[in-house]
Amino acid sequence: MASPRIGSWIKIPKERLQQLIDTLASDGYRVVGPRIRDGAIILDDLTDIRQLPAGVVDEQDGGHYRLREDPTAGWFDFVVGPQSLKPFVLPPREPLLQLQRTSETWQTETPEIDDRPVAVLGLRGCDLHALSIMDRVFLEGPYVDPRYEKRRASLFLIGVHCRRAAPTCFCHSLKTGPALPAGFDLGLSELEEHFLLEVGSRRGAAVAARLQGEEPASGEITRARMATRALEQRMHDRPLHGDRRTAGRWLETDHLRDRLLGNLEHPRWSEVAERCLACANCTMVCPTCFCTTVEEVSDLSGDSVTRMRRWESCFTWEHSYTTAGPVHPTTQSRYRQWLTHKLASWHDQFGTSGCVGCGRCITWCPVGIDLTEEVAALGNEVPHA
Amino acid sequence: MVESPSKRPTLAVFKFASCDGCQLTMLDCERELLAIADRVEIAYFLEARSRTLDGPYDIGLVEGSVTTEHDAERIREIRDQCRTLITIGACATAGGIQSLRNWADIDDFIRQVYASPQYIETLATSTPISDHVKVDFELRGCPIDKRQLVMLITDLLLGKQLRVPRYSVCLECKLKHTVCVAVARGVACLGPVTQAGCGAICPEYARECFGCHGPKESANPVSLARHYQRGQHDPSHLVHLLSNFNAAAPPFRNAAEMLEQNSPLSNEGRS
Amino acid sequence: MPDLPTLSAAPASVDPWQPAFVEIVAIHDETPGVRTFDLAAPHGYTFEPGQFNMLYVPGYGEAAISISSHPKSPQVISHTIRRAGNVTGALFRCQPGDRIGLRGPFGSSWPVGRYRGANVVIAAGGIGLAPLRPAIYQLAAHREDYGRVAVVYGSRHPKDLLYRETFDQWRRADIEVLVTVDFADDHWTGPIGVVPTLLEQLPWMGPHTTLWTCGPEIMMRFTAQQALRQGITPDHLYLSLERNMNCAVGLCGHCQFGPSFVCKDGPVYAYRQIAPFLFVHDF
Repeated sequence: MASPRIGSWIKIPKERLQQLIDTLASDGYRVVGPRIRDGAIILDDLTDIRQLPAGVVDEQDGGHYRLREDPTAGWFDFVVGPQSLKPFVLPPREPLLQLQRTSETWQTETPEIDDRPVAVLGLRGCDLHALSIMDRVFLEGPYVDPRYEKRRASLFLIGVHCRRAAPTCFCHSLKTGPALPAGFDLGLSELEEHFLLEVGSRRGAAVAARLQGEEPASGEITRARMATRALEQRMHDRPLHGDRRTAGRWLETDHLRDRLLGNLEHPRWSEVAERCLACANCTMVCPTCFCTTVEEVSDLSGDSVTRMRRWESCFTWEHSYTTAGPVHPTTQSRYRQWLTHKLASWHDQFGTSGCVGCGRCITWCPVGIDLTEEVAALGNEVPHA
Repeated sequence: MVESPSKRPTLAVFKFASCDGCQLTMLDCERELLAIADRVEIAYFLEARSRTLDGPYDIGLVEGSVTTEHDAERIREIRDQCRTLITIGACATAGGIQSLRNWADIDDFIRQVYASPQYIETLATSTPISDHVKVDFELRGCPIDKRQLVMLITDLLLGKQLRVPRYSVCLECKLKHTVCVAVARGVACLGPVTQAGCGAICPEYARECFGCHGPKESANPVSLARHYQRGQHDPSHLVHLLSNFNAAAPPFRNAAEMLEQNSPLSNEGRS
Repeated sequence: MPDLPTLSAAPASVDPWQPAFVEIVAIHDETPGVRTFDLAAPHGYTFEPGQFNMLYVPGYGEAAISISSHPKSPQVISHTIRRAGNVTGALFRCQPGDRIGLRGPFGSSWPVGRYRGANVVIAAGGIGLAPLRPAIYQLAAHREDYGRVAVVYGSRHPKDLLYRETFDQWRRADIEVLVTVDFADDHWTGPIGVVPTLLEQLPWMGPHTTLWTCGPEIMMRFTAQQALRQGITPDHLYLSLERNMNCAVGLCGHCQFGPSFVCKDGPVYAYRQIAPFLFVHDF
């Protein structure tokens, strides 16, 4: 079969996702996708479609995550779990440099970059937007991170248009979902017995060509699109107050940058610091928080040294450490640093918000601090510059 | 700590009121211990060898808390003998589990435990080493983490300032992709207020962190306890959780006291 | 929201983490706890005044250190360093002949070329004179291109004054050098007080003057306020900030400061760029 065109759609029976997995695996990809582990849906190695959490949905709220079976749920009606694509492009730990002392100087060796191609199944609109933001950080500035670059180039991205949202989801306020943006290799829409696959790239087309798909029947593409559009409408219609388990979230983006940077002395910062644990969970689960630090790992003799890069968080004392003490000594200053960077100065640095509305920072905050609520509490006034 | 190359720095290990678990962690270093013994002279370590060398020592490691008048005297002598004094473990650093006596009537304890209480001489409190002498560095944990200990000794040998991460256990969980037990299981976990260093072992086995590395920098256990209370956790359970190996560490103590004041718990809550 | 770029399998870019190992050619004692380390420059190395390098001692880590030598002496790069943490501690144990890692230069620079014809005031506190010295060398070398030039320098004690032996050279190059200390000793005959106060002795400061300052942040804040009072405009006032630097290339997030990263957008900023954030507590 000739490769389908980019932008074209094919229809496959649901079980044929197995063939997709097998095809990618035979092409040398490590295939990862949603799986249940320790009570949550995480991204892990996927070899068999029976490993997918079909018929399972997630309950999410501030500081709360539970899975439950739902007989009406499809194969992908849960939303995002604690992991994003971040670990696949920026591993939590990674050696940058190995050094060995010689009689005269130091011999350096760059550890091989683990860039085995990875195909990720089940990505959402927010995840793909987050990846495009990470691209801006690591690929589009004056310096490029070669490790990120290599891994990013070998990612195969299979997105899913969302049909269901958690109360913590607020992609609709940032226009990052629930539909997929461009950038996927294959985009999945779920019907009763079938998946529709939209071809998003030449790579995606080459894989789709081997799935023996058929042409969608008339109206099926529209029906698939309508499901996601209907969800978006429902998200807009959700009440913002009342029962937090069913109410929605909304991040008001109008003048958001100036509202935040103009309110740096607002009393709300100290109020939120009374609740904030400065535990760093929000930054760890955030799909765009990219801070890292380098640890110097030495053997006892000091002759053999490895420079290890690991995820860091602006909520730690170490993050802003200088010999004159930390620049952000208090939880108040750290929370303010995080939120104003993510939602405000990110625009100055990368031409986009750092937030994609995935809601992970709300769900995985041990005390359920909700950034949409914190932003709302700062008020809608733009103070004079 | 940089000595002349011919002379290795001397290391001494001292025990106070404790369970020996931290010293056992040192012995558990096995492979690293041989490399360490190559570079430092283990001069006094009764749990490892009967041969002892007289002080002064370059590095003194102290396990255990001060619970007797004699201990209080001895730690001052040890301080005078050690160029760098490092406490190892929760007992030496925060008073340990035995600091629960600080909130109770010690005579009552003695009468209940010993058949002939008149022979027992003890202080009413269990206090950290730093309450008695200047401590150069405190290595947390119950027990200490062997990788941290090896790193600390490496740093001493390289002449570095001693430092361990001050962030939360959560960060270690997330680096390992351990699913949060507090959020996904509703377990009351102290990880968000506890200093990292253990490698987040307990949550990896689906159980809560019980704070054995003590409060993290900028710990906020009051907020965490309030949140768990709203999640229908029994305050007495939370008091017990906070009143473990680091019961006397001020942030944990304050949060436990807050819980006790706001609930109908009596003093038994802690013991 | 931008669309995802289509990525080709381009060859991996140059690794910004790779240091060059260079020889320490000389170490000079400056003041108590401060030394200058002269490094043999890698082939083709050039820098602008105000830029910094990442100096690396394996096993101890990297530290961001401003370059303090003459930009036109490309064979040797000097770094004046106060012993403070692990990396600087390890550097102080190094001997000439030892090799250390170097990445750089990084960051923005003092606008030396932009202000030909203008008056220039250099206001430094403590070790903050080090990153300004390359600019002073350039001003002295092209002295006729500028109006009045002054160096206003303060330290805690007279013994902490850096580069004292060169003050007369600068004076001979028609640079006014005003020096103050917080605490005098028995031999001190100069002024006692802070740098901002000393600026009042430069009545010629005004709209045609540019002021460049580096020192403790609190000193720079007061210096900036005093400079503005004396008629310098926010566009012509420059500060050099210090933050935690890890990667030096804008990829690690540590030095994020308002709308910028200090490592690549700074360390030298125009006052106007950062004024809204400079006076925010713990920002």
